[in-house]
Amino acid sequence: MRKVVIPIGPQHPALKEPESFSVTLSGERIMAFSARLGYNHRGIEKACEERTYVQDVYLIERICGICSHAHSTCFVQAVEEIAGLAVPERAQYIRTIIAELERIHSHLLWLGIAGHEVGFDTLLMYTWRDREVVMDVLAALTGNRVNYGINTIGGVRRNISPDQAKDILKAVDTLEERTKYYMKVATEERTLIERLAGVGTLSHEDAVNLGAVGPTARASGIDRDTRRDDPYAAYGKLSFKVITDNHNDVYGRTLVRCGELMESYNIIRQAIREMPDGPLAVKAPRRIPAGEAFSRYEAPRGEDVHYVKANGTEKPERVKVRAPTLANLQTVEKMLEDGQLADLPIVIAAIDPCFSCTDRSIVVREARKRSRNILKWEDLRSYSVEWYRNNRGLDFSKLNRKMAGRLL
Amino acid sequence: MIRPGAMIRQVLASIFKKPATISYPFVKTEMPDNFRGKIKFNPQLCIGCKICMRDCPSNAITITKVGEGLFNCEINLAKCIYCAQCVDSCPKKALEATKEFELAVLDVKKLKVVYGYEAEPAKDTEGNPE
Amino acid sequence: MTALFNMLIFPGFLFLAVFGLFGEYIDRKLYARLQNRVGPPWFQPLADLIKLAAKEDIVPEEANPSMFKAMPIFALTATVTASFYIPLWKTGALFSFNGDLIVTLYLLTIPTLTYFLGGWYSTSLYSKIGAIRSLTQLFAYEVPLLMVILAPALLANTWSLSEMALFYSIHPWYWLFNIIGFIISIIALLGKLEKVPFDIPEAETEIVAGTFTEYSGRLLALFRFSIDIEAIVGSALIAAVYLPFGLGLGGAAGFAIFVLKIVFIISILALSRTLFARLRIDQMVEFCWKYVSPFAFLQILINLILKGVLAR
Repeated sequence: MRKVVIPIGPQHPALKEPESFSVTLSGERIMAFSARLGYNHRGIEKACEERTYVQDVYLIERICGICSHAHSTCFVQAVEEIAGLAVPERAQYIRTIIAELERIHSHLLWLGIAGHEVGFDTLLMYTWRDREVVMDVLAALTGNRVNYGINTIGGVRRNISPDQAKDILKAVDTLEERTKYYMKVATEERTLIERLAGVGTLSHEDAVNLGAVGPTARASGIDRDTRRDDPYAAYGKLSFKVITDNHNDVYGRTLVRCGELMESYNIIRQAIREMPDGPLAVKAPRRIPAGEAFSRYEAPRGEDVHYVKANGTEKPERVKVRAPTLANLQTVEKMLEDGQLADLPIVIAAIDPCFSCTDRSIVVREARKRSRNILKWEDLRSYSVEWYRNNRGLDFSKLNRKMAGRLL
Repeated sequence: MIRPGAMIRQVLASIFKKPATISYPFVKTEMPDNFRGKIKFNPQLCIGCKICMRDCPSNAITITKVGEGLFNCEINLAKCIYCAQCVDSCPKKALEATKEFELAVLDVKKLKVVYGYEAEPAKDTEGNPE
Repeated sequence: MTALFNMLIFPGFLFLAVFGLFGEYIDRKLYARLQNRVGPPWFQPLADLIKLAAKEDIVPEEANPSMFKAMPIFALTATVTASFYIPLWKTGALFSFNGDLIVTLYLLTIPTLTYFLGGWYSTSLYSKIGAIRSLTQLFAYEVPLLMVILAPALLANTWSLSEMALFYSIHPWYWLFNIIGFIISIIALLGKLEKVPFDIPEAETEIVAGTFTEYSGRLLALFRFSIDIEAIVGSALIAAVYLPFGLGLGGAAGFAIFVLKIVFIISILALSRTLFARLRIDQMVEFCWKYVSPFAFLQILINLILKGVLAR
């Protein structure tokens, strides 16, 4: 059959965030697949350099709505390491509890999205109804349903009172029952298993070679979890299991995420029981001394990495964020080999893509010249003025001159 | 046991349960106590240190002096990200977060809210009102 | 004159239109309640239709305009015409002749062909994929549907729907022999109406809207309208063939029983929408040819044997 190239995205009902994939099809079989990133690039790393550390905590938190506490904690940990601050224990435990609550909310959201991508809207409605329980608990604890803003440099901003702790435990009990039901459905519903099993296979060697992280890697048998391998917050003092699976396909990833949900309930119960009393934060200096730090965090989607370089002033010199989806995106091409068009949405959804986290600065590499071209601000502006003049017939040079004087 | 229609019991039981959807806006829900909604300013406690202005991530709050020891506060509700960092930074606890979240208006000028005293009337050089 | 009244008003076009909108409301409300949600109010299907009709029709540049615009009209006409031969609440349909069973099934196949042609002539990539999928699905469910509609006709020894209804209202307990056929016909109706789990030609998350991607405005309103009416007509066909109760009572009681039967079948369709995930096209074809067709064949065999047994 003749080959057809269809675009999935940037706007497509299967994608929750814009990303451009072009798929070459022959009938229903996928012959080739390629991805273009960058639709969500907002210049956050540059914006961080122009704001103080206190302001940056909130900016970094808004990289993504679902993994917001992940990014915020990772950044704050890096800054605290540079400044040499000893965060009090109660603050570490509170950070852990919020982190696990966020993991629960993210995995329940993922279950719903997976159901929606295979046309099983009932699962979507039920899991998102149960997700409201977690959102209400988080709203009562932190003041907002997403973007919790509980971190500050040196500790946390709010306390968990005994009444709130009781509410958390009640919510965790309800959710544990519902999660057991969803695990039953995922392993027993015939049509769901038909759509999820055998789809998007990624063998163990491929997962290691392509650098997969998070549940995507753990479903291919890679036993790696930053909470256990490089403990941060209070994870060093809590005991939990790392869930791995050997199915190597989307079904395995579903089982891994459901297992992680059950583990999160255990971790929260332990943390609430063992949380010591004490201060909530230490006073952090406004000027962070020079130094650099590299901090890792196990976000719901995988390993999230932040690098912060400080130079003694109030504003950071360089902040770099590497989100887990960037590592997992390389594996999608491998997973879709010999796949069908109908499997495309669920395979992309199975790595739990969060393209808002992914798009950071891009390095342009000219293949023939073998050189790396990093465009500076002025070069980027004149390049775009040229492009629009040549390709669209629009002339922005006057506007460019006016703005260049104002911004620099 | 793998079978099609594994959810049938729960699905049929849902007909008899109350729907989980709240018919907003006919039914309003109350936000929890800690909720970070619109920020309120108490002019009596402000000492004009402007730490809140320094710490605001989006430059939404402006403190202006209107008299000796008297300060007005203007909050731009469109720029505010409701993080309540100003509430934590204020040394005199002059700012507080309320539970109001229905802040949409049709006129963009209404989004700049001013709290505080009316500006003192202008005086000429001898201290008499003009 | 009465023929014109019957065709256009009752029980023809206007009645089917109102009943079709009512059927869509029942389907969506039940779907929502089964998912623990509230669901739309009773006037929602009408409001959707009016909104769509008020919007602009955009015809793609590379599409064939006359075919593109004609397809929805053909779909609507075919489904409404098919209803004339089905006995609704009496044992006699509006018009009947020997062989109208085949004509009805043929008329009900035409909408699927119009989905294919409409999608093909849209020349957009998503529409072409959806169009090809809907033809592939046709090959999977059409054969079992034909077989199970013909099976009770074999027992009744006639090719006319009205005479079949008369035969079953004389021997009401014969419907027990046709239980397997009833289940198979529901599955095949799910395929014809393109509802989950056989939602494949219009898979929202994979190919945007499949065949209907490029349709907008009044043309889309006509397509959606014809799908609603097709649901009613298909259910009426199954009710006439497999649920032959109360056809002898005339008047209001017969009408009420007819409405109950249609609501019952639409409820089963809504329930199946909630319980199952969407299948892939190759899984669907495999399922229909491996499991559904043998059972349809079994039903025909049972009816053939019974015909011989009961004739004595």
